[in-house]
Amino acid sequence: MIRTAITLAVFVLSGSAGELAVTHGMKEAGAPNRLRIKEVLSFLGRAFRTGWFWVGVPLMALSFYLLMVLLSWEPISLVIPASALSYVVGTLGAKYILKEDVNGLRWAGVLLVCVGVAIVAAG
Amino acid sequence: MSHERKLRLKTLLMVFAMMVCATTGDSLLKHGMTEIGPVSLSHGALFEALRMAMTSRTIWLAILFLIGFTLTNMTVLSWADYSYVMPASAIGYVAVTFVGMTLLGETVSPRRWIGVALICIGVVLVGQTKPSTSAVAQAVQ
Repeated sequence: MIRTAITLAVFVLSGSAGELAVTHGMKEAGAPNRLRIKEVLSFLGRAFRTGWFWVGVPLMALSFYLLMVLLSWEPISLVIPASALSYVVGTLGAKYILKEDVNGLRWAGVLLVCVGVAIVAAG
Repeated sequence: MSHERKLRLKTLLMVFAMMVCATTGDSLLKHGMTEIGPVSLSHGALFEALRMAMTSRTIWLAILFLIGFTLTNMTVLSWADYSYVMPASAIGYVAVTFVGMTLLGETVSPRRWIGVALICIGVVLVGQTKPSTSAVAQAVQ
């Protein structure tokens, strides 16, 4: 039980940390001025060269590996709904690490999505 | 059209593209793997399954859509908040439910409908907030 709880925590934390790192990398790369093929390709070229992108990818890979480990230990009806916690952890990270302005309305939306995804994923 | 309205439309368009790519990619992957059949965990069988997957047009098409999802996600995160894009992209669960019900003839339980309704309300609430609030994104714009 403790082993599952710790693995689940590391799975959620590493996944969210990876996505936050990639998000930071994308902001560093700078948005394309227009959504034209040439400008988007140029943006992707910059994005793949940011350090934060390459910090995020292994963290997301670790999270994916831990998901597979968890699925080998516990039923999918427990693991996937529990992974909906990522919505809350990711939003906390966005607020305190990326300094995004998460107001009450956005929090309410995130919490509803989190509960909704947990219910849908439980099948 | 105001700058904020343009930004919201552009962001929601990209989230929609993400949803289409992810839902199509996942559905094609499921279809392709069903064509291959159940994979047993012996060394030889795993290798054979990998060989069959890599020669399946459906699987390659699925991979193409999933790459499309990744690139669209990266692009939208270059200007929009992570705390905006992440919950908004949960609308994919709603799309999968409707695809399952209408195209695959799956039965959707009342509990699942409650989950779908909560996701829809949550996405609408998040959609009312500003798509981009972080200092880094604003400095770039």
